[in-house]
Amino acid sequence: MTRTPLRPLARILKARARGENPDVIEAENLRLRHEAIQDKVRQRAEGRLLVLGLAFFCAFAAIGGRMGVLASSVPEEPRTTTVGNPIIGQRADIVDRNGRILATNLATHSLFAHPQDMIDPANAARGLAAIFPELDEAQLLADFTGARRFLWIRRQISPEQMQAVHDIGSPGLLFGPREMRLYPNGPIAAHILGGASYGREGVASAEVIGVAGVEREFDAFLRDPANEGAPLELSLDLTVQAAAEQVLSGGMSLMNAKGAASVLMDIHTGEIISMVSLPDFDPNNRPRVLLTGDQSDSPLFNRAVQGVYELGSTFKIFAVAQAMELGLINSDTMIDTQGPLTWGRFRIRDFHDYGAQLSTTDVIVKSSNIGTARIAMQVGADRQQAFLGALGFLKATPVELSEAPSGAPLLPRNWSEISTMTISYGHGLSTSPLHLATGYASVLNGGIRVEPTLLRQHGITPGPRVVRADVSAQVRQMLRAVVVRGTASFGEVPGYAVGGKTGTADKPRENGGGYYDDKVIATFASIFPADDPKYVLIVTLDEPSENSGTEPRRTAGWTAVPVAAEMIRRVAPLLGLRPQVDMVQSVGVTLTSN
Amino acid sequence: MRGFLYVLAALGVMGMAFWAYQENYKTQAAIKDVRDLHAQIGAAHERLGMLRAEWAYLNRPDRLADLADLNYDRLGLLPLMPDAFGQVDQIIYPIPPILPITDPIELSNDVYRGTEEPL
Repeated sequence: MTRTPLRPLARILKARARGENPDVIEAENLRLRHEAIQDKVRQRAEGRLLVLGLAFFCAFAAIGGRMGVLASSVPEEPRTTTVGNPIIGQRADIVDRNGRILATNLATHSLFAHPQDMIDPANAARGLAAIFPELDEAQLLADFTGARRFLWIRRQISPEQMQAVHDIGSPGLLFGPREMRLYPNGPIAAHILGGASYGREGVASAEVIGVAGVEREFDAFLRDPANEGAPLELSLDLTVQAAAEQVLSGGMSLMNAKGAASVLMDIHTGEIISMVSLPDFDPNNRPRVLLTGDQSDSPLFNRAVQGVYELGSTFKIFAVAQAMELGLINSDTMIDTQGPLTWGRFRIRDFHDYGAQLSTTDVIVKSSNIGTARIAMQVGADRQQAFLGALGFLKATPVELSEAPSGAPLLPRNWSEISTMTISYGHGLSTSPLHLATGYASVLNGGIRVEPTLLRQHGITPGPRVVRADVSAQVRQMLRAVVVRGTASFGEVPGYAVGGKTGTADKPRENGGGYYDDKVIATFASIFPADDPKYVLIVTLDEPSENSGTEPRRTAGWTAVPVAAEMIRRVAPLLGLRPQVDMVQSVGVTLTSN
Repeated sequence: MRGFLYVLAALGVMGMAFWAYQENYKTQAAIKDVRDLHAQIGAAHERLGMLRAEWAYLNRPDRLADLADLNYDRLGLLPLMPDAFGQVDQIIYPIPPILPITDPIELSNDVYRGTEEPL
């Protein structure tokens, strides 16, 4: 660029010659130069503004376009950024304590129809009715020829059925993938597992949701993909559970009972090794909930958790243990058992007359109501209530089942002195067999409170102390004596020192007003081995009657005890307990000297 | 000098573009690979789940009990009784294996004489 001088010599000289002021020329030139500079700067600024404007436009257009695409496109699974395992999206398995499968998933197909795509609806309806006998051909044909454009035919079908439907060859019959919950062991542990059903259903997939039991309680855990398919480990032992169900079912039919329940619990951890309620059901094909009548007649009813019964004399050890804990009595204290014991209009009797007095041990061994009531009177209502509360008898069990809150105990409205007396021998307070198992475990394991649980525990979580260790040991000796020389003599199992307490309680009439004469709840609460207890077993039979004699025998000693003994004989080896038996001397060299 | 730098820069940009182009295709191929692998792993999982379910079904306690009943006599099974438990000292120590004979002695009646038919 050529720079024009502000004072060009030629013009200055000319101006001077004419007598003009040469500064005017300089000012003029300066003005022109400034204008030129201004123009240039403006131009550049305008150019920059344009570029900036373009850049902003592009940026906004890009953001706007991206937003539009995001809003209008189908969401896509991110495949490049893999946090965790994207494949295992199924509902997690449920396994027992040894890793054996209790519930798993199976990939099956659902069958649906697009009637508008069908060429020969009559043939399709006929073929489907032949494959699935529960479908009605006329109804199907009406659906296929009507105005419907979509209908479900079956939620899940087997591969064989799928092939058969393929063979019909109708283009309007379509399959969608469908996951199915499978319980390979059938009715074993049915009440604990509960069952599953479908939530939101689509053609491409369906949501599997738990409807009862642990399936419902742990629904969120089982569906959480963050677990990466880790199974839910229960405390159950499948083999023990199967053996317990077999024995209990046999015992139930032998004793002509209408229902039965058993709970086998680890005495130190509170883990439920097996829990049976009969009659049971198949969770693969869960029956419908009863709409009328008594829910406790339904096979869905879990007698071990939901069923609250007056469990009778099994409660006596709680009164005795508490009185011993408080230092009121010891195992040899003589208790007045002169009957009948009259309190107001109530008269408390014993099954037999046991004479004027019995030692505390014999009150338990012979199961004296009068003796226990007298011990309870020494303890008092408040302390009894507090003790039973500490053992968990006053509220529903915290076990991990969705039904557990419905097993709340029935408490007396007013915990009066007569309530204290009747509760001491198990009347007036209705609890579930699981409550009883928890109470027995807490008192007899050395006096540490346990919480019942269905989840596998690793190690013992120390709870609060409920009774002293020496009280616990003395009560265990009493329970052992009940089996050796008391009401539970059928409970002896060779090799396993069983200790336990029987309980026979009359059933209350449903409409109030007293008790049935010929309907009882027979319970046997036991521990084994009694000297170093490992397990608590509760067996409860509903309305048993043993008819081999001249008249029906209903007491627990004749009904629940033999069933429990058989169960211990079967399951104790499975639990890895070594029997204490005298070994046959092996033939070998005997060292002698003379 | 400046022109040379421009040319160098232009060549650099072209080189980078070529590299980016290749990387893009490699990435897409890798993503496709991963997708295929996921599909394969998914199918394998499904198969595994099916096999595990079948295993659990075939080993369900009811069936095992039935099989045990069926084969009770044939296998010589016994009910599990408390006296079936043994002591450790009832088990004999393993018998040490006999060493192989390295220098056999030949006996006269070992040699087959060929007069009788061997049975």
